[in-house]
Amino acid sequence: MKQDPNARIIGRQTWGDFHLFRIESKALAAKAAPGQFLMVRTAEGNDPLLRRPISLHDAGNDWLEIFFRVAGHGTAILAGKKEGETIDILGPLGKGYRLEGDWKGQEAWLIGGGRGIAPLFFLGHVLRGKGARVKVFYGGKTLAEIPIGKKFESAGFQLVCSTDDGSFGFKGFVTSLLEKELGAATPAGLFICGPDPMMEKAARLALDRGLPAQLSLEAIMGCGFGACWGCVKRIKKGDDGKWRKICEDGPVFAAEDIVWDGA
Amino acid sequence: MADLSIDLGFLKLRNPVLTASGTFGYGLEFTPFLDLSKLGGIVVKGLYYGPREGNPPPRLVETASGLINAIGLQGVGVEHFAADILPQLRRHDTAVIVNVCGASDDEYIKVIEFLNEQDGIAAYELNISCPNVKQNGACPAMNAKTTQAIVCEARKRSRRPLIAKLSPNVTNIAEIARAAEDGGADAVSLINTILALAVDLETRRPKLGNVLGGLSGPAIKPIALRMTYQAAQAVKIPVIGMGGIMTGEDALEYMMVGARAVQVGTANFINPDAAGRIAGEMDAWCDRHGIARASDIVGTLKTGR
Repeated sequence: MKQDPNARIIGRQTWGDFHLFRIESKALAAKAAPGQFLMVRTAEGNDPLLRRPISLHDAGNDWLEIFFRVAGHGTAILAGKKEGETIDILGPLGKGYRLEGDWKGQEAWLIGGGRGIAPLFFLGHVLRGKGARVKVFYGGKTLAEIPIGKKFESAGFQLVCSTDDGSFGFKGFVTSLLEKELGAATPAGLFICGPDPMMEKAARLALDRGLPAQLSLEAIMGCGFGACWGCVKRIKKGDDGKWRKICEDGPVFAAEDIVWDGA
Repeated sequence: MADLSIDLGFLKLRNPVLTASGTFGYGLEFTPFLDLSKLGGIVVKGLYYGPREGNPPPRLVETASGLINAIGLQGVGVEHFAADILPQLRRHDTAVIVNVCGASDDEYIKVIEFLNEQDGIAAYELNISCPNVKQNGACPAMNAKTTQAIVCEARKRSRRPLIAKLSPNVTNIAEIARAAEDGGADAVSLINTILALAVDLETRRPKLGNVLGGLSGPAIKPIALRMTYQAAQAVKIPVIGMGGIMTGEDALEYMMVGARAVQVGTANFINPDAAGRIAGEMDAWCDRHGIARASDIVGTLKTGR
């Protein structure tokens, strides 16, 4: 079972355009892994027509969490849902982060820009469970764009923040903060999610230093399960890069496999 | 339980519901969600002879009750399909129709001749109507002469029934449908997507990498229904209708205007079990209306006073 047409919203928090929903769904939660995503129906009827792809923010035994920002018509409708209402979800979909190997005592750096912070909370918990020391970089244009920093802190993660306008934490891009901190440390792995220019820059910082990095990509998706071939990016797989499906081959890819010039 | 079975003459279907090419992958993507034996059949994603790159992203944009796509027929090619996919599809009790593409007349023939040698294919759907592979959306099905010529050539080489998939981007669909029939098609299917454009006002750029794309979904249903009706009036061969079918009632409207079978497209993306559910809804509607056989609905639209 990969579809739950009646998943109940059992908790919700809002910060401006940003929303965090906790959704009850035993069937879907059981299989969830960090880095995967959900396809969420935002309305009944034909407009909006397609589901919206939304990262899995966290998961427990019988619940899932999504953290999203209103970006258009569909997410605006979703944001209006109240606790107790049900939503139709397909998922969890895609391949999550590859976390094999020994993480005990290793440093894992999680770098999120804006709503790109979403998948990193679940990931942080799993990495910590494997014994990793997790450090979270969280950047936004302003303080209002990094609303769930406290959630990471309360969960006991080491957190550093950046804002473009300097309203909180480091003044500048989160990639500039990352570059600065990379001067004094060599983490065992980087996990990056955010807008494309931010991810490209962060990926380059990792590649230049020979550090393994995994990136969680985003795309407009038709279906989310590999049927429409709509969400492609140039990805290398022992070749020099072909249009590959973000939903099915990803959404998480190794930094060295992504061809940025392709799209 | 109504009798939903349909005889296309060249192919008997369990029910009138097929999946539309390009919206159902190669079929296997849907097996976690849907028992393929609940469908009349599946039409797999268009195949060229070799693998094909497709168009640069963005490839999709949603519009009011619709979806514009410009995938550009990215795909695995017939050899991969025959070796890795078809053997798995043969284990499912459903009619497999292969959508055949070609960058040239020769390539259509080459694909057909290769597939002729493979078991487990019920028919070919000749894709002469994709708007996303040539400049300005041009395709053979935009012209009666090229339609007839390519169908005629494919007919000579095909050992299997041939369905010509028609384009809506024409001035006279009846003429094109007749050209396909005259060329020897066993059926026509329509409509492919409607050539469309979406613009980002702020960036002054088209929203699709290919600039133009093809519009599908509920937004196009009235146009598709009209063209299905006109085609069914024009030819004696079976007509397979499609365009924006989301429910069993939508599918029955297509049958009422003359379609012998239907294809479900964009709906598959939203609910991967949509085609199966639609067949169930057709059954329920027939039961509610005391209709014993779904085929009795075909062409029963009352247009007189």
